Amino acid sequence: MDKTIIKHAVITALILAAFTVVGTAILSGTFEVTKTPIAESERQAKLQLLSQVMPASLHDNDLLNDSLDLPATPELGLRSGAKVYRARMKGAPAGVVLEAIAPDGYSGEIKLLIGVAVDGSLTGVRVLAHKETPGLGDYIELAHSDWIKHFDGQSLARTPDDGWKVKKDGGQFDYMTGATITPRAVVKAVHKALKYYEQSHEELFATDAAKQEGENA
Amino acid sequence: MSQYGEIVENGLWKQNPGVVQLLGLCPTLAVTSTAVNGLSLGIATSLVMALSNASVSPVRKLVPDEIRIPVFILIIAALVTVVDLTMNAYFHPLYNVLGIFIPLIVTNCIVLARVEAFAAKNPVTPSALDGFVMGLGLTFVLTLLGAMREFVGKGTVLSGLDLVFGPEAKALVWQVIPDYPGFLLAILPPGAFIGLGLLIAGRNWVEQRRTAAQTVPPLVPSPSH
Repeated sequence: MDKTIIKHAVITALILAAFTVVGTAILSGTFEVTKTPIAESERQAKLQLLSQVMPASLHDNDLLNDSLDLPATPELGLRSGAKVYRARMKGAPAGVVLEAIAPDGYSGEIKLLIGVAVDGSLTGVRVLAHKETPGLGDYIELAHSDWIKHFDGQSLARTPDDGWKVKKDGGQFDYMTGATITPRAVVKAVHKALKYYEQSHEELFATDAAKQEGENA
Repeated sequence: MSQYGEIVENGLWKQNPGVVQLLGLCPTLAVTSTAVNGLSLGIATSLVMALSNASVSPVRKLVPDEIRIPVFILIIAALVTVVDLTMNAYFHPLYNVLGIFIPLIVTNCIVLARVEAFAAKNPVTPSALDGFVMGLGLTFVLTLLGAMREFVGKGTVLSGLDLVFGPEAKALVWQVIPDYPGFLLAILPPGAFIGLGLLIAGRNWVEQRRTAAQTVPPLVPSPSH
């Protein structure tokens, strides 16, 4: 084998390796520098989201430090585990924030964040993720319309079971022409979540999970 | 014309990456549902292109021909990741809007194309300028296409501006037609293809008129009978 070819190949490989090392060094440096700010802004973003469905005036604890890991819960449409954040006022239960999934959206799942006060009334609902048609079904997002705010203050006590439908189906909830499947799925999921809360609020507030605080810090 | 003037003219008009080279099709079609989306991704791409051209140019003589593509891609990918992490850390709201599109800048052919075609053969300053102006050319196309699709599809221009500049910017959103019922085709992907086709046709039309005006002496009247 020709010596010069081998020499050339070795040099080329070394140059490529050198670029890789420098590139990796720059990346790990940037990662180290931005790690703390990213964690902090993600925490802020999460708190901001939680405060939209659970007003700060209703509780005095840090929601992110008082969470409960929920196993797969079919009542909430959860096929894998999710977190429940618990709001407390002076140590007494004030409400929970549940994650729920409406499985029957027009084009797939709709992920919801649902805030429920301790008396079973809704403090807020927000859509976390969805694949509904832009311009048609996306009015469930607060960025596109106030529709989702109709849930504020709703409860099982205020609206009987057969009212938890869109108006087209004989229920109490508005919808927009051209997209009925989407709000239908959301209303159904919220209704189911409230039923779930009614059944299991005692378990949700059980304090044993407070030991998780160390883990989350 | 000076070298820099030529670079600028190439990036913005003659070799525009959006409507002439057609090298940025993936973001051009996917992101341009609104003018603000197009503008934001365009600016991020321009930044990455200026940086990658500027960092490839000084090492161009160190890199053997056989491994230039892997080295260039390595540099571009590292830069995009740095931009991605930095935006996530210090511009979080904007990152939430553009989040998934930033890593996709790596796959945008125009970045590698300019590194390969220009930065690998030219000094640092013209290379950085070329990257930035090419990015700017793409930004114009993205913003224009975004504005067209938004206007036809939703009857607004600049909606979502508040996501980038804070809630005060909401006042600048221009609701051109009140109570517009919406025209879904423009918002969905086919609208992007149709819109881009119209832009390319428009650019070609202007270009043809220009060449015609240059080649035919305007003072000679055409014989009529």
